[in-house]
Amino acid sequence: MSTTKLAPAKGAGPERSGRIGDKVFSGAALGAGALIVTVLFAVALFLIVQALPTFTANPADITGGEGFFAYIFPIVIGTLIAATIALLIATPIGVAVALFISHYAPRSLARGLGYVVDLLAAIPSVVYGAWGASFLASQLKGPYAWLADNLGWIPIFGGPASGTGKTILTAGIVLAVMVLPIIASLTREIFLQAPMLHQEAALALGATRWEMIRMAVLPFARGGIISAVMLGLGRALGETMAVALVLSSGPLIASLIRSGNQTIAAEIALNFPEAFGLRMHELIAAGLVLFVITLAVNMVARWIINRHKEFSGAN
Amino acid sequence: MATLMTERKRSALTRNRLPRYSPWAIAAGAVVVAAALMSLIGFNVFGWAVLSAVLFAVANVSAAAIVEGRRKAVDKMMTSLVYGAFLVALLPLVSVIWTVLVQGIPGLLTPGFLTTSMNGVTGAVDNASVENGTPVLGGVYHALVGSVLITLWATLISVPVGLLTAIYLVEYSAGNRFSKAITFLVDVMTGIPSIVAGLFAAAFFAMILGPGTKTGFVAAVALSVLMIPVVVRSSEEMLKIVPNELREAAYALGVRKWRTILKVVIPTAISGIASGITLAIARVIGETAPLLVTAGFATTINMNVFAGWMASLPTFIYTQIMTPTSPSNADPSTQRAWAAALLLIILVMLLNLGARLVARLFAPKTGR
Amino acid sequence: MKALHIGRVAAVLAVGALALTACGTDSVVPPAAGGSSSAASGPSVTGTLTGTGASSVSAAMDAWKAGFESANSGAKIQYSPEGSGAGRKALIAGAVQFAGSDAYLKDEELASAAEKCGPDGAIDVPWYISPIAVAFNVEGVKDLKLDADTVAKIFRGDIKNWNDPAIAEANPDAKLPDLAITPVHRSDNSGTTENFTDYLAAAASSVWTDKKSGDWPASLPGENAKGTSGVVKTVTETAGAVTYADDSAVTDALGKVELKVGDSFVPVTAEAAAKAVDAATVVEGRNANDLSLKLDRTTTVAGAYPAVLVSYGVFCASYPDQATVDLVKAFGTFAVSEDGQKQAADAAKSAPLSSELAAKAKAAVESISVAK
Repeated sequence: MSTTKLAPAKGAGPERSGRIGDKVFSGAALGAGALIVTVLFAVALFLIVQALPTFTANPADITGGEGFFAYIFPIVIGTLIAATIALLIATPIGVAVALFISHYAPRSLARGLGYVVDLLAAIPSVVYGAWGASFLASQLKGPYAWLADNLGWIPIFGGPASGTGKTILTAGIVLAVMVLPIIASLTREIFLQAPMLHQEAALALGATRWEMIRMAVLPFARGGIISAVMLGLGRALGETMAVALVLSSGPLIASLIRSGNQTIAAEIALNFPEAFGLRMHELIAAGLVLFVITLAVNMVARWIINRHKEFSGAN
Repeated sequence: MATLMTERKRSALTRNRLPRYSPWAIAAGAVVVAAALMSLIGFNVFGWAVLSAVLFAVANVSAAAIVEGRRKAVDKMMTSLVYGAFLVALLPLVSVIWTVLVQGIPGLLTPGFLTTSMNGVTGAVDNASVENGTPVLGGVYHALVGSVLITLWATLISVPVGLLTAIYLVEYSAGNRFSKAITFLVDVMTGIPSIVAGLFAAAFFAMILGPGTKTGFVAAVALSVLMIPVVVRSSEEMLKIVPNELREAAYALGVRKWRTILKVVIPTAISGIASGITLAIARVIGETAPLLVTAGFATTINMNVFAGWMASLPTFIYTQIMTPTSPSNADPSTQRAWAAALLLIILVMLLNLGARLVARLFAPKTGR
Repeated sequence: MKALHIGRVAAVLAVGALALTACGTDSVVPPAAGGSSSAASGPSVTGTLTGTGASSVSAAMDAWKAGFESANSGAKIQYSPEGSGAGRKALIAGAVQFAGSDAYLKDEELASAAEKCGPDGAIDVPWYISPIAVAFNVEGVKDLKLDADTVAKIFRGDIKNWNDPAIAEANPDAKLPDLAITPVHRSDNSGTTENFTDYLAAAASSVWTDKKSGDWPASLPGENAKGTSGVVKTVTETAGAVTYADDSAVTDALGKVELKVGDSFVPVTAEAAAKAVDAATVVEGRNANDLSLKLDRTTTVAGAYPAVLVSYGVFCASYPDQATVDLVKAFGTFAVSEDGQKQAADAAKSAPLSSELAAKAKAAVESISVAK
C-alpha cells in the first residue's frame, strides 16, 4: 500500500482549501482509528479487571471444583466443534451461492437473489434459535437415529442418538444457516469486483466458465473470501441465543448426535443472570477466553491474507 | 440413455460437442429414472426432486466427459455443484422465512399491533382473549420505536468511525505500525461476545452517570462496539479492491487526495460498502443480550434515547417467548413474538432497500 | 461523505417508520376492565420505581404494574426480568430501588447491601408463590402418584422406563407403557431448579446426593432446554419426557405428579403450595423485618405441596428520601395485599399468599423508613 507516494504534488496549488481539506480529512481518518484503539483498550481493560479474580481464586471454589482450566476446557472444545461444523458447511455453500449470483444466474434473477441473501443475514438470532429448536431439531431426530444405528462405530456418530434432536450438530447446522448469508453476501461483492478485463481475456483464450473463474476470479477474491469467512466465524463463535435455545448442553462428549457439549457464549448467557461474586468473574473470564480464541483465528487469517496481498487493487 | 448419447455423439462428431438439446433430454431422462427408482423405495416428492437433480448432474457430467473431454466435464461439474449448493442453501433459508411468515402474519394483521404498546397488558388480559376468543391486545409500537432509534444512533456512531478508519487503513496508513495495530485491534473487536459489549457499555455509563443508567443511548454505544469492526472490515475489503489506476488517473488530473477518495474511490466501492453497512446493521439490530443490560425493558412508549428505559424488538421477542405475559396461555405472547420477528425482518428489508438505493445513486456506471 | 448519505437515508426511513405509526399509543386495554381497583388506600403516590430481577415474577409484575399504575396515575413501575442474581446485584449496587429474587439474599450479599441501603441493609419480603409441578408426557396418563425417592430416581436416570415396578406399584390404575424416560431439565441457572433440587435433596436424601443448586448437576444424564417455556415445549414434543416447571406454565397436554407427603398424595394446587409456605420458618439472625423463609421440604402437614418456589421482593431497609419511601411502601403493600395477590393469581396463575403471611409481609414493607 504505497499510495501515499503517488499523492499529487504538494505546494502552491490554486486552491488552498484543498490542502486544508486534505489535512482535515486525513486527520479525521487518523482520529477514527485512534478512537477504535482507545475503545478497544477500554474494553480489554474492563474484561481483564473483571476476569482477574477467577485466576487468583482457590481452584476448589471454581465451578466444577477443579480450577478454571478444567472448567473452561470442555466448553472451549464445544465452541470450536460448533464453529467448525458451521464453517465446514457454510463456507463452500456460501462461496458457491455467491458465485451463482455473480457468475451463473441470469442477471435479472441475480439482483433479486442478492437482495434475499442480504435479507437473511438480518433475521434475528432468536428467530433462528426458535426455528432450530422447534422445527429443525425434530426433523433431524430420524437421521440421527439412522446415523447412530449404521455409523455408530465412528465416535462422532456414537449412539444412542438424542431423543429431542437438540445436539451440537443441530446447533452447528443452525449456525451454518446463520453465517451463510454473511459469507455469501460479502464474497458476492468481491466476485463482482473481479476485473472484467481479466475475465474476458480468459474467455477469449478459450477457457471454460469454470477455468475463467478459477484463473481470474478466485485468486483475486481469496483475501476477501477469507475475510468474509472470518466475519462468519466471529458470529459463529460468539452466537449466544441461537445456541442457547437449540443445544441441549452437557459435558464434553465426542458424539455429535447425543445431547452434550456446550459453547462459551451460551454458557455465559445461560448463567450470567443468576451469577454472583466469583461465578460472575468466572463467566467474564470465559468471555475473555472466547475473545482470545477469536483473536487467534483472526491472526491466522490475516497472515494468510497478507501472503496473497499482491492481488489487492490498492497496492 | 447412454445409447442415445452415443448416437448423438456420432452425428456431431466433427465438432466434438453435445447437441444443444442434450441437457433437456438428460433432464427428462433423469426425472423418469428417478421416478422409477423412487417408486421402488416409496415415493415422495422431495426425494424425487433430489434424486432427479443428482441423476441429472451425474449424467450430464459423464456425458460431457465422454463426448467433450475433461475440461468441459469439469466445467459442467462445477456448474452443477454451484447450482446444487445454491439449491441446498435455499432449503433452510426458505424454511426459516416460511416459518416466520406463517407464524407472524396473523399477529401482524391484528388491529392495533403496530400502533399500541404493551402498557397494561397483563396475563389476565391474555387469558380473557384466549377464553373469549377476542383479538389479542397489546402491540409492538414501543419496541419498534426503540429499535429504530437505538439502531439509528448506533449507525450514526459506527459508520463515520468505521468508514474513516477503513479509509485510513487503505489510503493513508501506507502499512505503518499504527495501521497494523488498528487492523489487529479490529480483529480483536470482532471477537467481543455481544453480552460483554453490553456489560462494558453499562459499566462505562455507570461510571460516568451513576449506577443503573439504562437508556437507549447506552444501548446504541454497546451496539456500536459490535458494529464498528464489521463496518471497518467490510469497507476495508471494498476500498482495497478499487483499482489503483483510478486513483492514479485522478491524481494525474491534479485532484486532491481527499477529493479523489470522496469522488472516485468511495463511489466505486459504494455498493460494497453499503452492503457491508447493511450487514453490520443487520448483525446488531437482532441483538438481545446487550440491549437487556443497557436499555432495560420497557412496556411503554419512550421517544427519548437519552432518558428512561427503552424497549426494542429483539428484547420484546425474547421476553415474549421466554416469559410469556400469561404463563398458562402462552399463545398470545407467541403470536406477538413471531409478528415482531416478521416486523424486524421487514424493517431490515426497508433499510437494505435504502442502502441499495444509495449505492445505485452514487455508484459509477459500469459494465455490470 | 457517503456515510452521511446513508445516515440520511436511515433517518428518512426512521422518520417514515415513525410517521407510519405516529398514532402509537400507550392506552391499550379498555380502562373499564380494572376500574374498581381499591389499592389506593391513602393519598396516591407519584414517581418512577425501578426494579430488576427474577423472570419468574414477570407475569405477576405485569399485573401489579397495571393495577398500581391505574390506582396511582402519577406513578410508574419498570421492571426488567434479567434474572434473580442480576436483580440482587443491581440492588446492592444502588442501581435499582427493588429487586425480585427467587432466593433470599445470601449472607455476603446482605453484608454488602449495607453500603447503599443503610446500616439495616435490605429486607426480603415473600410476594409470589409458585408450585413446581413434575410434568410428564406419557400418552393416556394424566396423573401419577409418586414419592420423593421415585421422583429423584427418575431424574437421576436410575429408573429408566415408565413401566418400572417402582412407578407401577404406586399407580395400579395407570396404563403405563413400555417407554423410555427422558428427563428434561433447565439449561439455565434458575430459581426453579434451585428449589426443586432443594426439595429432592431434603425429601429424598438417600437418593439425591447432590446439594441444592441453581445449576442442574452436570453429571446427571438427560436433555435440557432454556427457560420454563423451553422445558415445557421440549417435553410436549418428546414422548416419555419428564420435567419440573412452574405449574402455571404446564399445559393440559401434560400429566402431573402427585407428590407423597406424609401418608397421602398431594396434587399441585395453589392452596397446597400456600399451605407449605405457611409451614415454613423465618430464617433467623437477620433484620427483624426480614421474612426470608426456610421451607420445610419434608413437611408432613396434610395437604401441603412441598415442591414450591417462593419469590421475594427485595427492598432496602431505608431509602434516602421520603418520596422514594412512599413509593416503595405503596407498591410493596399493594403487591402483597389481597387485591394485588388476586390480580397476580389471575394473570400468572400463582398461589396467593395466605392472609397470615400477607399481614406479616405488609408489616415488613411498612417498616421501610427514610435513612437518617
